[in-house]
Amino acid sequence: MTRISVQVDGVEYTDDVEPRTLLVHYLREQLGKTGTVVGCDTSNCGACTVHLDGSSVKSCTVLAVQADGQAVDTVEGLAKDGELHPMQQAFTDCHSLQCGYCTPGMIMASIDLLKDNPDPTEEEIRTGLEGNLCRCTGYQNIVRAVQQVAGSERS
Amino acid sequence: MTAVDDKPTSTTSQIGVSRKRKEDRHLVTGRTTWVDNMILPGMVHLAILRSPMAHAKIASIDVSGARTAPGVLGAWSGRDFADVQGDLPCAWPVTPDMVNPGAPSLAVDQVNFAGDAVAVVAARTKGEAVDALEEIDVDYEPLPAVLDLEAALADGADLVHESAGTNKSYSWELDSAAAGSGGSVEDAARDAEVTVKRRFIQQRLSPGFMEPRSVVVQPADEAVTIWSSTQIPHILRTMLGLTLGIDEHKVRVVAPDVGGGFGGKITITPEEVIATLVARELGRPAKYTESRSESMSAAHHGRGQIQDLTITATRDGKVTGLDVHLIADMGAYLRLLTPGVPVLGAFMFPGIYKFPSYRFRCDGVFTTKVPTDAYRGAGRPEATFGIERIMDELAAELDMDPLELRRKNWITHEEFPFTTVAGLTYDSGNYEAATEKALELAGWEELKAEQARRRESNDPVQLGLGISTFTEMCGLAPSRVLGSLDYAAGGWESASVRVLPTGKVEVVTGISPHGQGHVTGFSQIVADRLGVPFEDVEIIHGDTQSSPKGLDTYGSRSLTVGGVAVVQAVDKVIEKARKIAAHMMEANEDDLEYADGKFSVAGAPSSSVPFGDIAFAVFSAHDLPEGMEPTLNSEATYDPGNFSFPHGTHLCAVEVDTETGHVAIRTYACVDDIGTPINPMLIDGQVHGGLAQGIAQALYEEAVYDDDGNLVTGSFVDYTLPTAADLPTFHTDRTVTPSTDNPLGVKGVGEAGTIASTPAVVNAVVDALRPLGINDITMPCTPERVWRAIQDHANGSEGAAR
Repeated sequence: MTRISVQVDGVEYTDDVEPRTLLVHYLREQLGKTGTVVGCDTSNCGACTVHLDGSSVKSCTVLAVQADGQAVDTVEGLAKDGELHPMQQAFTDCHSLQCGYCTPGMIMASIDLLKDNPDPTEEEIRTGLEGNLCRCTGYQNIVRAVQQVAGSERS
Repeated sequence: MTAVDDKPTSTTSQIGVSRKRKEDRHLVTGRTTWVDNMILPGMVHLAILRSPMAHAKIASIDVSGARTAPGVLGAWSGRDFADVQGDLPCAWPVTPDMVNPGAPSLAVDQVNFAGDAVAVVAARTKGEAVDALEEIDVDYEPLPAVLDLEAALADGADLVHESAGTNKSYSWELDSAAAGSGGSVEDAARDAEVTVKRRFIQQRLSPGFMEPRSVVVQPADEAVTIWSSTQIPHILRTMLGLTLGIDEHKVRVVAPDVGGGFGGKITITPEEVIATLVARELGRPAKYTESRSESMSAAHHGRGQIQDLTITATRDGKVTGLDVHLIADMGAYLRLLTPGVPVLGAFMFPGIYKFPSYRFRCDGVFTTKVPTDAYRGAGRPEATFGIERIMDELAAELDMDPLELRRKNWITHEEFPFTTVAGLTYDSGNYEAATEKALELAGWEELKAEQARRRESNDPVQLGLGISTFTEMCGLAPSRVLGSLDYAAGGWESASVRVLPTGKVEVVTGISPHGQGHVTGFSQIVADRLGVPFEDVEIIHGDTQSSPKGLDTYGSRSLTVGGVAVVQAVDKVIEKARKIAAHMMEANEDDLEYADGKFSVAGAPSSSVPFGDIAFAVFSAHDLPEGMEPTLNSEATYDPGNFSFPHGTHLCAVEVDTETGHVAIRTYACVDDIGTPINPMLIDGQVHGGLAQGIAQALYEEAVYDDDGNLVTGSFVDYTLPTAADLPTFHTDRTVTPSTDNPLGVKGVGEAGTIASTPAVVNAVVDALRPLGINDITMPCTPERVWRAIQDHANGSEGAAR
């Protein structure tokens, strides 16, 4: 067991974890933060995407011990005072989800995408989201959501 | 793009309005109820040992090592459960003599595909359960893998199930001459001026729902509660009860948030049975969640057919006959709907065309691969692919424009209702209007001009244009018709309305959504019909305790069957409310009008009683009409008289790089006619997702087994689900030809995109390559397959790339 201290969605946690514990399992099983989900075993689907010190990572490829001393942000921490984050709002406005299983990871990846490139072209959005799979939407409405937020950030 | 009008006024109809989804908030904030999120006191975690071999006898199996591993509470092999596990049900015995060797949840003496479950471990944590699998010793005696469908049917073939004595499960036939719905294909063949034969391969596909399957079982004395990531909680309740001998009224099934299904979650799974057995054995809750690689190898596949088609026609392009022979891959076992899927497709091969004669023959064959079962469209995409591809091949043979050939043969708007050569009666349709609109949407003439320019200039990147005109049979019901096809269950759907004292309304439906947006769509129907605010309606579903009666969600039946049941239940409430309003107003009920959520006397709108007042009057029950029961609840069950038949025209332009074989979609435009639209935003979403899956079958996806029967596409590394970068922006539009068979006029949209897009894309790819003499590319049309086809042709080889 290894002791780690991690700030998750603004709250400090100190826990003993097995060295092999993946960040996603730490979040889900030890902290009960089940907004972040697992979709594959191979880091291909991106359903488990969170932010580690502000940058998006697939939490199934990060060990919990690697997050020691860092800040983890998940989809559960995005809404403030009952107000959805603009990206959450855009996903709702643009019908960018159907079953919603990929949505937490897709939202976290989309936020990070705009942080790196605030005014992306459609092609840049599509390429930027290549690491996140969605089976329901055909991606078109996800692209629209990112465009909506990019537009509002410009204005 | 659909305009979203989220605040229609109270007098505006709710039908046809793109209301934002009620479902979304908990999904975008991560406050979800996926089964794998559940933790119950005392819960154990399960891991399943799966066969590494395609086919083998289990000479011996020893789970004792696992029983003493850290954290383990129990371990069982198939032999431990042999007497109690029963066989997984097959609800569709398509012929009386169909061979069904049985499908145990845990293999007992023999494994029949790589991924077949052989043992299960229960431990305190999932990690401990997985670790303990290492301690199980299994001695396998290998048997020959049976992979090739035609070889499996040959005399002396190695058998999947020795006891069955054959690899053929069934032969099913529909002959229009025998059925009296048309002439004989033999006569058509004899008289044919033109005959085109083709073989098409429907590759196996993995449904690829993003949420892996998960089940939690809580036992309590004789009863059991099962939370499952399933499309079919009601059918699961009945079937699990029958399989395990548990009284049905002691079984409760809950489908909470379900992360996609696409047909992949319409079956009774081995894992649901295994988790129930273990939970009852230990007397504590048990959870099993599959890994993605388990999902790829052990959750069923879709498609899997060899299609041999012969079409006959006159020289001027009138089709005279269609003869279809399918060999359908059942995989190792018959699951819930396995044998019925290709049979359902039998009715769709003639498509939108007036064939004078038709014959369909299908052989269902066992192989040592994971079973096949429903996958988005189930039988209809396969059939539509066959007919839409061979129509293009016939057009090429006749040197005719593919669109002109279709126009010569399709059922015209004036001819509906039309009974087809397969015996279905299409209620309504307008193929001309949808096609004209699609041609305009795509900019077809400009694309044709560009194609000509590129051909002339020998551009290394050629443009190919593909057409797919289609119809499908949706709203899988009429119970009577399903019975005539030997399907075990009915097709009705139920709904009930519960009016609360404050005038809020709970609607209970027997359908069970997994991402489609039914809560929003059904709320719109109820708000529209009842005249109450959209926000005042709650839709309850997916729990057999609160919605005890239903047949769940598949085949675009939710709105076309379940939605109509909701309308009927609402109408019953309005009729009872009318009596109460008349009593309150001291008026004659025949004089009352109901509009905008209130009753008023005809011609005197100033005196009125709102619905909420009636609801409270029923609750207080102080002054109801003499003898009236103080509830404002109702129940309805709807069994339609016919299927519904959405249709549409899909057009695709692809750029094919003849130097690399790479295919890119340049333009995709489609016009679907799904009858009356309820929520255009939801419709576009369903079409987009369907297109992605259909295009993926054409270009990217294939479940591949090696020569030993190992699945080589066992993860998302090897199985190419398309990403955002692989797909274009779709141009979608609608025509509206309401169904005449249901009061909502709806037809269903869930499968349309998937059914129509696969042939549109492949027709486009072949069109790009036809000047090179290439007339087929086997799906998926990967760069390698396309490149090889070009090279083979350049080197003088004939025929299609395989």
